[in-house]
Amino acid sequence: MSRKASGLKAWAIQRLTAIYIGLFAIYLVLALMFAAPADYAAWKAWIGSPLVSVAMLLFVVSVLMHAWIGVRDVLIDYLHPIAIRATVLGLVALSLVAMGLWAAQALILVRLV
Amino acid sequence: MTTTSRRPVYLNLLKIKLPIAGIMSIIHRATGIFMFLALPYLVHLLDLSLSGPEGFAEANAAVHGFFGGVFVFLIMWSLAHHLLAGIRYLLIDVDYGVEKEMARQTALGVVVAGPILGLLLTGGVL
Repeated sequence: MSRKASGLKAWAIQRLTAIYIGLFAIYLVLALMFAAPADYAAWKAWIGSPLVSVAMLLFVVSVLMHAWIGVRDVLIDYLHPIAIRATVLGLVALSLVAMGLWAAQALILVRLV
Repeated sequence: MTTTSRRPVYLNLLKIKLPIAGIMSIIHRATGIFMFLALPYLVHLLDLSLSGPEGFAEANAAVHGFFGGVFVFLIMWSLAHHLLAGIRYLLIDVDYGVEKEMARQTALGVVVAGPILGLLLTGGVL
């Protein structure tokens, strides 16, 4: 399996981030199910509270790392020509960083206004 | 060693008969790729909902529409399958559920529970 070939570090990161993503996703879904914010003010107050905000930012970083390792493994299995593989991997990396910054920006800005 | 390189390679996914754990594994990958592809829209919804009362109402309306509902269901199914299959992999890492019969049953359990849990969660959040 490519994950093993690429090192124990990626294997460990994938599992560590999986545990955090799993626990936080369960919390997030349960919160949306049983304590859904009724309006913008409630949503902003919840997601802008210090603890939830930091937990969300950590969630964003974890998803980026987890998605990078996962998508990389799948692409390496199916894309063989090295030029195409390198190009697509590069685009995936850039788009992941862009989306992370986008989400972080929204999460941080809401605490400032 | 030369004999191994002459073995026929036959990996047409539509024609080979995969064991249930293989099917579960492919869905694990497909749901991961789907959630990766859905990230821009998810971040857009987050950004929109945090932009102000109008944006919040817009994002709320988007997920409550027909296509929004289908999208939320696909995300919830993906999340449920990916999470359950992930827990299964973690348990196998610590040597739990490695035996053939147990591995088969848990794989089938994940494949069946995914859409059911996805539907329940969709009903719960919408």
